[in-house]
Amino acid sequence: MPSSSDNVALKVSGIHKSFNGNEVLKGISLEAHEGDVISILGSSGSGKSTFLRCINLLETPDAGDIWIGNEHIKLRRNSKGMMQPADPKQIDRIRSQAAMVFQSFNLWSHMTILENIIEAPIHVQKRPRQECIEEAEALLAKVGIADKRDFYPSHLSGGQQQRAAIARALAMHPQVMLFDEPTSALDPELVGEVLRVMRGLAEEGRTMLVVTHEMGFARDVSNKVIFLHQGQIEEQGNPSEVFGNPKSERFKQFISNSR
Amino acid sequence: MTSGIFPTWFSDELDFYLMIFSKLLTGVPTTLQLAIYSVFMGFFFALCLALMSRSKIGPVSALARGYIFTFRGTPMLIQLFLIYYGMGQFRPFLQEINLWWFFRDVYYCAILGLTMNTAAYGAEIIRGGLQSVPHGQIEAARAAGMSGFTLYRRIIFPIALRQALPGYTNEIILMIKDTSLASLITLVEITQLADGLRSQTFRPVAVYTCAGVIYLLINFVVTWLVGRAEYRLNRHLRPIKVATV
Repeated sequence: MPSSSDNVALKVSGIHKSFNGNEVLKGISLEAHEGDVISILGSSGSGKSTFLRCINLLETPDAGDIWIGNEHIKLRRNSKGMMQPADPKQIDRIRSQAAMVFQSFNLWSHMTILENIIEAPIHVQKRPRQECIEEAEALLAKVGIADKRDFYPSHLSGGQQQRAAIARALAMHPQVMLFDEPTSALDPELVGEVLRVMRGLAEEGRTMLVVTHEMGFARDVSNKVIFLHQGQIEEQGNPSEVFGNPKSERFKQFISNSR
Repeated sequence: MTSGIFPTWFSDELDFYLMIFSKLLTGVPTTLQLAIYSVFMGFFFALCLALMSRSKIGPVSALARGYIFTFRGTPMLIQLFLIYYGMGQFRPFLQEINLWWFFRDVYYCAILGLTMNTAAYGAEIIRGGLQSVPHGQIEAARAAGMSGFTLYRRIIFPIALRQALPGYTNEIILMIKDTSLASLITLVEITQLADGLRSQTFRPVAVYTCAGVIYLLINFVVTWLVGRAEYRLNRHLRPIKVATV
């Protein structure tokens, strides 16, 4: 079970987001301490992916505040009344601090696995190439695909691609890792290898936010579970509490359906 | 030059063809220059047009689309006539702004016309390539902190241009053939030389066959070169050959 420290790695408060008048997030707040592994559950349309995408500003929230580490993300209202990043430089920096792992991997198809991993460290973080390559090789070994270093993404299985994507995220030395349904696009037999890697990261004390449908992972690996329903936090707490004694009717229904 | 193996009429014929061929070959450098300069410059112009046509700023996009519409919708021959003969009408003005040296030279006019025309077609090919870049890969780059020029240079262009390459090969081949239109504004290249030889020899079949063969050979080499480039660039799309243990 990951142990939580007192240092806040990520704090969001009062996130609102609408698409064409349809309010998807109705004020969500959350605090992640260093080492926290937070599973975000919810049926489809509950806003859990949108929430994750708001944190590294792939979607710009309509209202709310986000801190990564101690840095507050500055947003401002543009002439049309839409929120937008006040400082694009800050956004690029913040994004590399909150690395995202996607449902559909999204590896860059024209680059080898190694090139995928060293791309952002070299071209965004401006770190020396040789150092990045050495680190990338270590990361590939860590996720168990060291032999795939010179392969292209299309040559790998889904599980291998997702592990490569995790290595790509780790290479940024992120403060927080955001996982957006990392196993939902995988064949059932490939899910295990990705979850094993994620479990390893949790045990290392990485701060992780995981949108997932894997109840086993939420129950066994995370130290906090959040259940979103219709854009609001319907239930939250530590897994044994939440799964053992759910307070919300909706959440009871949700867990009984996902068994 | 006759050898004993062939009947005399055949040897004479062969000599004639070789003579025509070697005379036409002197036009090859000009044809190649026209094609290379216009394809090269046209590519960068096309890239600008493609980006402009995708711009969110209305007038910028409209300007690019208008340009593409006009240059694709009118014959290149008319465009060449307008540039070479048409600009001649403004000679005093062009002399005043020191551009007459450019427009009085048929070589420059031909390159300008070909460039402007290929840019319009190239822009549409590149626009298609840009549209085909998977959204998820762009998003992954943004999520990693890439934006602006870095995002284009490292992710979007490499994927888009690979996608556009087969279509662009076609455009290059068309351009090589279209350089022959420059003969009609009096530029001395392969087709112009062929016209001259036709009226000297009254042997149009021999002359134009030789000219056609030369264009064919050039395009053969170009197709081969681009095919190789494509093969190298598309390693990531081929199945791998791995030595299985």
